[in-house]
Amino acid sequence: MCLGIPARVVKTKGVTAIVDMGGVLKEVDASFTPVKPGEYVIVHAGIIISKLDPKTAEETLELWKEILQNLQS
Amino acid sequence: MDSGVKRVTAFFRDASLAHEIKKAIDKISDKIREKKGEDYVIKIMNFCGTHEWTITNYGLRSIMPPNVELLAGPGCPVCITPAYYVDVAIRLAMDGVKVYSYGDVYKLPGSLYRQGKLPRSLAEARAQGGNVEVVYSFLDSIRSARSYGRDSVFLSVGFETTMTATAAPAVQGRVPPNLKIINVNRLTPPIMRYIFDNVPEVRLNGVLAPGHVSTITGAKAWSFVAEDYGIPVVVAGFEPIDVMLAILEILRQNLAGEAKLVNEYRRAVTWEGNTGAQKIIAECCEVVDSAWRGIGFVPESGLKFREKYAALDALNAYGIEDIDPDKWSYDIPAGCRCAEVTLGKAKPTDCPMYLKGCTPSNPYGPCMVSLEGTCSVWARYGGAGIARKIAEELGIDI
Repeated sequence: MCLGIPARVVKTKGVTAIVDMGGVLKEVDASFTPVKPGEYVIVHAGIIISKLDPKTAEETLELWKEILQNLQS
Repeated sequence: MDSGVKRVTAFFRDASLAHEIKKAIDKISDKIREKKGEDYVIKIMNFCGTHEWTITNYGLRSIMPPNVELLAGPGCPVCITPAYYVDVAIRLAMDGVKVYSYGDVYKLPGSLYRQGKLPRSLAEARAQGGNVEVVYSFLDSIRSARSYGRDSVFLSVGFETTMTATAAPAVQGRVPPNLKIINVNRLTPPIMRYIFDNVPEVRLNGVLAPGHVSTITGAKAWSFVAEDYGIPVVVAGFEPIDVMLAILEILRQNLAGEAKLVNEYRRAVTWEGNTGAQKIIAECCEVVDSAWRGIGFVPESGLKFREKYAALDALNAYGIEDIDPDKWSYDIPAGCRCAEVTLGKAKPTDCPMYLKGCTPSNPYGPCMVSLEGTCSVWARYGGAGIARKIAEELGIDI
């Protein structure tokens, strides 16, 4: 049920924002997560629950790859 | 799909990386076998229906070594919603009150249908002329109720993640006076504690902490798992690589004799979580003991609107009594083993009803209803290591 859909912020409108979910534009609640157009977010049941940081994603994956290499050596 | 989203997703579905992780999992599990013996099984429980979906849909259970078992825990809020509240919603819908429901809850059976008193679910209520509308979000029901203008009720089912969506408009005064809420929202850390304390037969060596619940609660919510219970715990995302890395880390900790909290889902989850959401939930609701279908009354595991927000409470508005702990039973239909499935004591395939009297299109027990209920996930994707069995028959080494 706690399905989170990744989306990109297109426009902000006070407490709500218009986001692009894989081509579908949807107005969602942005009360707790101040966002700017172009940022990536996770949407659950019509509300932005967190920002999604592609840079951190890449960094963590690199970190894991290192750990993986150490485990195998 | 947007290129940024696609890039992240592609990283975490990368097949060659999956092979690397699988090799490391095999290697560590061999070492664990050498250390602990042939019969010692590492049991890892997930507490999120979406994790169970990832594990089953991508066949991860099938590629685990024989001494690593992946268990599904009470990670589906639809499965543990007491039938009592479903019956309340069905009755209101039959009396003409408009009931808004998430699609996930729409087919959830109540219990009074067994005595022929009410339709079986909100779906059946609608078929019989009841006033039911399926919505994607609470915002949608607010919009609809505002134009509808007459008595309406929103059946709010979910964990911390979903409660955020209900609490925000409630506190901000955006709910129209004709819309009330049946608040069946539940909290996840208390149910984890409950399992560790009360279900000793499920001896766990690791926990996959729910990623999207953690965006709200913060990774910090799970430190008690390692600190108080000595169980390794990893906050994980929902792509196959996320879950495999989390399993690898749990195995590594088991071999090293460690128990730590690790946040694998750093791209979305912070240590503190969404403090704005935490604040607003605490502002409108108090934490109370509450009923979990198939499990029982779990201490400090539910949310109830505070006095200041009592006008939003549907039970209050319609003079409906809440569940009396002394009179309430687990409300699982006869022959159904959902109670054990929810607690990781049985697999869906252990149930005599599974795919016989209980199917995704005609669910008998609550775990077959939601797209993320354990029985429903297994029914659609297989989950009992079927791939391993087929590979053995074909003589393929996996």
